[in-house]
Amino acid sequence: MINQTVVKELEQVAVRFSGDSGDGMQLAGNIFSNVSATVGNDICTFPDYPADIRAPQGSLTGVSGFQVHIGAGKVYTPGDKCDVLVAMNPAALKTQIRFCKPQGIIITDSDAYTQKDLDKAEFETTNPFEELNIKNDVIEAPITSMCKETLKDSGMDNKSIIRCKNMFALGLVCWLFNRKIEVAEKMIHDKFAKKPAVADANIKVLNAGFNFGANTHASASTFRIETKVAKAKGLYTDITGNKATAYGLIAASEKSGLELYLGSYPITPATDILHELSKHKSLGVKTVQCEDEISGCASSIGAAFAGDLAVTSTSGPGLCLKSEALNLAVIAELPLVVVDVQRGGPSTGLPTKAEQSDLLQALFGRSGESPMPVIAATSPTNCFDAAYMACKIALEHMTPVILLTDAFIANGSAAWKLPDLKDYPAINPPYATSEMKGNYTPFYRNSDSYVRYWAIPGMEGYTHRIGGLEKDSKTGAISTDPLNHNEMVANRAIKVAKIEVPDLVVDGDEDADFLVVGWGGTYGHLYSAVSQMREEGKKVAFAQFEFINPLPKNTAEVLKRYKKIVVAEQNLGQFASYLRMKIPGLMVSQFNEVKGQPFIIRELVDAFTKLMEG
Amino acid sequence: MSEIQYTVQDYKSGQPRWCPGCGDHSFLSYFHKAMAEIGVAPHNIAVISGIGCSSRLPYYVNTYGFHTIHGRAASVATGAKVANPNLTIWQISGDGDGLAIGGNHFIHAIRRNIDLNMVLLNNRIYGLTKGQYSPTSARGFVSKSSPYGTVEDPFRPAELCFGARGRFFARCVAVDGPSTVEVLKAAAQHKGASVVEVLQNCVIFNDGTHSTLATKELRAQNAIYLEHGKPMLFGVDRELGLVQNGFGLKVVKLGENGVTEKDILVHDAHCQDHTLQLKLALMEGPDFPVALGVIRDVEAPTYEAAVTEQIEEIKKTKKYHNFHELLMTNDVWEVK
Repeated sequence: MINQTVVKELEQVAVRFSGDSGDGMQLAGNIFSNVSATVGNDICTFPDYPADIRAPQGSLTGVSGFQVHIGAGKVYTPGDKCDVLVAMNPAALKTQIRFCKPQGIIITDSDAYTQKDLDKAEFETTNPFEELNIKNDVIEAPITSMCKETLKDSGMDNKSIIRCKNMFALGLVCWLFNRKIEVAEKMIHDKFAKKPAVADANIKVLNAGFNFGANTHASASTFRIETKVAKAKGLYTDITGNKATAYGLIAASEKSGLELYLGSYPITPATDILHELSKHKSLGVKTVQCEDEISGCASSIGAAFAGDLAVTSTSGPGLCLKSEALNLAVIAELPLVVVDVQRGGPSTGLPTKAEQSDLLQALFGRSGESPMPVIAATSPTNCFDAAYMACKIALEHMTPVILLTDAFIANGSAAWKLPDLKDYPAINPPYATSEMKGNYTPFYRNSDSYVRYWAIPGMEGYTHRIGGLEKDSKTGAISTDPLNHNEMVANRAIKVAKIEVPDLVVDGDEDADFLVVGWGGTYGHLYSAVSQMREEGKKVAFAQFEFINPLPKNTAEVLKRYKKIVVAEQNLGQFASYLRMKIPGLMVSQFNEVKGQPFIIRELVDAFTKLMEG
Repeated sequence: MSEIQYTVQDYKSGQPRWCPGCGDHSFLSYFHKAMAEIGVAPHNIAVISGIGCSSRLPYYVNTYGFHTIHGRAASVATGAKVANPNLTIWQISGDGDGLAIGGNHFIHAIRRNIDLNMVLLNNRIYGLTKGQYSPTSARGFVSKSSPYGTVEDPFRPAELCFGARGRFFARCVAVDGPSTVEVLKAAAQHKGASVVEVLQNCVIFNDGTHSTLATKELRAQNAIYLEHGKPMLFGVDRELGLVQNGFGLKVVKLGENGVTEKDILVHDAHCQDHTLQLKLALMEGPDFPVALGVIRDVEAPTYEAAVTEQIEEIKKTKKYHNFHELLMTNDVWEVK
């Protein structure tokens, strides 16, 4: 059948699956992205959850979306707008149409347009397509009834049958993009390995959806996304940022030979790190769900004192609560990793949305002179490397480290080449040496790195007392001596300043006059915008910061090469201010947006072009 | 326990800087004595405190010590114990540290039943900040921050402990050596969160707060030393005793109204039901003696042991035991 149709080749395509929260849109999207990945396409996904846990079925607030971006070459974002919108009901159509390109195709369940459904979605007329002024091609498929028909002999109850609707939509999308149905079948089979009857039913409905497309829309165009850029050989999986963060912590625990301790308190959008680590007891991971954020941090400091690789995970409001305990880790000079999955603020703000507005809090939001390394992950998969590096720095430099991610990269996913830990640098904490036995003092330091030595309770001959009060640099006893305090403040600052981080790398046209600067999770959007400008014939350079404190050594030298610099970030200019402070005389323009939504590539291109030419 | 016999000297460190006459001095000396009698090697002990006068204590004990931040000692101690269950941990807090700013951590550490020896030095005042009322100050208490008397009721630490399902509660008076050493040893012996309330004087800002219990003679009249399995007798000549009276307790005199020792309640610290133990813990003068000694001591699974057991159990049932094996539990595809 398919060979009768016109097959168009595409470079990249974004598909958005949307429906009720319970419609299984994320599963359909995940399978579609994995099927695409197995044929060598690059993938990038992003879920868009509703704020309500379980809003009434069919209501506008209950719609959840899952966008999948697949590309012949590399894709860096989930895509601004989608080429195909799957809308399982009128509410999804109404709320999600704004994410669909004007020429995008809409796939919808024609059985879901009863008067009751339209009322729930607050339509005023009986023709929602006209009411929304939709001019797109629409594939109206009687998904619910086809689902029922397919499974009429399955012996399943009506509710279970209807739960398979998402597979019909998936089958249709697989047909539309000439995806091998067998790969999807295998994934469903694996997913429901323990429930063969459910697997069979889902596979039947998947095929029904695929065949429906092939039979009834035989004359429509389908699309093919060939693999253009060969990916590095090896094993891959699809991973979200939060999971990659958890994996990075586990990897660092294995590499350092230290047990992993997580003290945490549930908070959106960081909770998945707690969930993920809680699963892996077979790796010896200890997770304590504490009574509050403060205890999450303080108990981690206790675990660090007792010799574990200690981590606490949170989001902005939680970071506020942890700041006092973080200062204890700063002055006691204990290794600790704090993961802040940034969300919209201040206060409760936009809990499920992304922002980059915790930067200055991470850098400076504590009393006293309290230097702390800050690292910002740049993509879902980079969360792994960033978390690993955060642990390495914390353990080797005896300091708390803040790892900033955000709701966008934490929930988004991408194809990830499975790492081999052999390729990762060793982690060597500065344990107290045997020569120090009997005369160990806690704040005696390595004269090069300014790092103190770590003696852990249980080690005989190294008993000592530490705490939040300033200590004498030599004896480790409480000291209020002015010169000693001055020295200790300097020591802690120098220790952090001396941490070696990789040099800043410039992408794009290195010899351009115009440099786009970003940091953290906006990498994909900024990179895509710069690529687009270059395709349009403009000369643009691009640098994304992952290491914020200390900054890469070549920062000033690199930035001074450019006549015009724009710092683009999802706050009111926090990193721009920081750069101005760190590099006196530096002139930078700003592009700021604080909408809780990812940047839109087209808007970036327009804004940068204007700045560049203005 | 180690083979080496440790002496009091092995646990001493530094020169205490509390005010002369402060209850912390006497408590510290009995704490050292108890440590030597318990005999855990100094390097296997961590003393973890919050903020306040009494929280300076770790500096004066020659073990591992961590003087943390206000109210958070229980949290820091929790993390340390989970990280290394082999450590013996003493958590030192005052009434402000443990019950005001650290109240949340106090009750949750008890609820989890993590094996911490939680010492609560209760002088009913904020000393280090120079004299404000604390959460254990009596209603009407006049202090710098309550010049016309407080208008709030105090916490009774035992009630909080029992409310949080506490399995061990003991009380002693800081100047009362033998009893202090005994309850500290019992707390160390108990597996799980053990709360020891130490009634302590602040000579500067709340002098005489426990004056009815300040001397041996006064304690004979105004306190009762509870011992598991022993009748609840007190008084200068042990002529007074406690009996149950309806839903409550009553003080009786032996020989009066035909009361004999057989009528006197026998203390049961191991009773799971804490109803009577709580009544004992809440007794106060002038009608009742203040209960000292181990009031409740009940076995229950400890948190850190359960954490460890669960890890061992899951290690047996799950098929992945290192990072590479974890990776392979994902949906993986190969690019050739």
